[in-house]
Amino acid sequence: MTTKRTDRAASATNRRGTARKATAEHRQKLLESMLRIRRFEERSVELYSAARIRGFVHLYVGEEAVAVGVNEALTEDDAIVSTYREHGHALARGLTSEAVMAEMFGKVTGCSHGRGGSMHLFDASRRFYGGNAIVGGGLPLAAGLALADRMNGRCRVTCCFFGDGAVAEGEFHETANLAALWGLPLLLVCENNQYAMGTALDRAQAETDLALRASSYGMVAWAVDGMDVEAVERAALRATEAIRSGSGPHFLELRTYRFRAHSMYDPDRYRDKDEIERWRKRDPVVTFADRLRREHSLPTARLRDIENRVGAEIDHAVEAADLAAAEPVEDLLLHVTSGVGETRKEEEARL
Amino acid sequence: MTAVNVNDRTATEKAETASRSGTSAAPHKTTYREALREALREALNTDGRVFLMGEDVGAYGGCFGVSLGLLEEFGPERIRDTPLSESAFVGAGIGAALAGMRPIVEIMTVNFSLLALDQILNNAATLLHMSGGQLPVPLVIRMTTGAGRQLAAQHSHSLEGWYAHIPGLRVLAPATIEDARHMLAPALADPDPVLIFEHGTLYNASGELGPAAEPLPLDRAAIRRTGTDVTLITYGGSLPKTLAAADELAAAGISAEVVDLRSLRPLDDTTIIDSVVRTHRAVVVDEAWRTGSLAAEVSARIGEQAFYSLDARVRRVCSAEVPIPYARELEAAALPQVADIVTAAREAVG
Repeated sequence: MTTKRTDRAASATNRRGTARKATAEHRQKLLESMLRIRRFEERSVELYSAARIRGFVHLYVGEEAVAVGVNEALTEDDAIVSTYREHGHALARGLTSEAVMAEMFGKVTGCSHGRGGSMHLFDASRRFYGGNAIVGGGLPLAAGLALADRMNGRCRVTCCFFGDGAVAEGEFHETANLAALWGLPLLLVCENNQYAMGTALDRAQAETDLALRASSYGMVAWAVDGMDVEAVERAALRATEAIRSGSGPHFLELRTYRFRAHSMYDPDRYRDKDEIERWRKRDPVVTFADRLRREHSLPTARLRDIENRVGAEIDHAVEAADLAAAEPVEDLLLHVTSGVGETRKEEEARL
Repeated sequence: MTAVNVNDRTATEKAETASRSGTSAAPHKTTYREALREALREALNTDGRVFLMGEDVGAYGGCFGVSLGLLEEFGPERIRDTPLSESAFVGAGIGAALAGMRPIVEIMTVNFSLLALDQILNNAATLLHMSGGQLPVPLVIRMTTGAGRQLAAQHSHSLEGWYAHIPGLRVLAPATIEDARHMLAPALADPDPVLIFEHGTLYNASGELGPAAEPLPLDRAAIRRTGTDVTLITYGGSLPKTLAAADELAAAGISAEVVDLRSLRPLDDTTIIDSVVRTHRAVVVDEAWRTGSLAAEVSARIGEQAFYSLDARVRRVCSAEVPIPYARELEAAALPQVADIVTAAREAVG
């Protein structure tokens, strides 16, 4: 089994490895993926303000390089477990703007059939396991996905996204210990955006070097610039290659920042405007586009094409979500159990 | 009855070597504990996706000796000792179930399960619905519940009624050796999360285990004794007490029917209501606290569905509203006892 794993890991390295040439085409793809997230989130703000979507909506603006860079290191056989700030993870994974937008509209065509909303996006066919709105709650589940792969000798990685706030949760520490103890093929991706909702990292955690804390469980842990998509991609590739070759869980602390408030309800009273401006200068989309132009990887016409394509895609997503049918109210009790409407029968019997 | 000790386990181990295969259909004398173990062994033998995971399930043999010997038989990958991390290993069970395995997670006691409540409620019970039907969670969680062993307030509670409150879970309470033996296979075949509550006082219960007749469906209550004057509704560790009360009542000329709920969610309304419609009187016996209890739910359903059949108000025999105390006399006073059940039934009959 070890041999097989190594062989497959080796071929994965050749196909996708760190030595991969950063072609203009590839870099443009990264930019497009980040832009899709950025424009999707901007449209979400408009739609929320117009009361077209409701509930809690947590925007990923500023953190796009993390989702896009990490996803480059994953194959379609790998799994992702995400957080409640997961529009970016879902879109980077390949869920369509249409399916995600329809979910926020609460429509039958939504990726969770309108049962989940913004915080609970799922796509089993893409091994995208949500959408978890309990901070730290996705970590044990991710360990289980990785455990099943290990028990079956499958050379796959499970990637779990979580925020800096989750590192204060017991579920993080229980999972880090379990994953390291059992050598699970798990990539722990900590999106350190400096704030657990409104509480700054150094107001909540005694040791703010999160990679250091993860390494205390005996796993490899690196801190990486989460505003540079290529740095994220390189680190994620290194980590997933090591995981595929059997060296157990890896932890990446990606230092990033959310440019917008925690959620649409948040008046953002706890952050200094200068601080936000300082981080905005490091905008992962803008700085990457600038870099590509400087390095002659992005002709102006090409950028326009990308913008147009992404804009049209999101226009279409909104239109389609608007037109889609609502999930019928008669189906309220579906999907509570897999049995043939057991709960519904129970309810009917009572009435 | 006391918690299992090493001598108990050695004795039971010897007694059962004859039925090692775990699939023996011949009638034989066994215990509740051994019946649970036979069920585990059968599941591990028949389905490669099944594995058992929890604190001390392997080298120690299980906190209450249920999995003794299985590590030697099936190895450490499938009889998996975990750190003391209830949330992580229950959540790992959920993830493994999503990825095609059929995990059986053992939690030492229901009180400890509170450390995994996030995973059980927010993930296991909700993933299917939140994902629009994409992610069933075929997970079985076993745990010990209940008092009667002088284990005091952090090892003795009966919180299964809390779990029965939650849509998306199936909650079972095997009260007999047959159910201990035969509930696991259908629980594993269920595509949704199933919680199995084993009452701590039942592990040493012994009796004859017959050949596997057609087992009752999981969501069906069982009539353990037929009667005509009053229906006593109970489950789990209170079943032996309720049957003893029915014996006493019979001696006094009162014919009590005993319904064993077996499934706490979903509740088998049909069996409960049919019985009450026949006897016109009901007493609900539940070791949990009265307030907000499963006994309250059963009573409400009888009120909703059989009100005009009742000749007396529904009575409940529950635990006193106190954290279960250590001292023998205090603990006994806190729990439903045979005499309490007899009194309630006599009052109902009038």
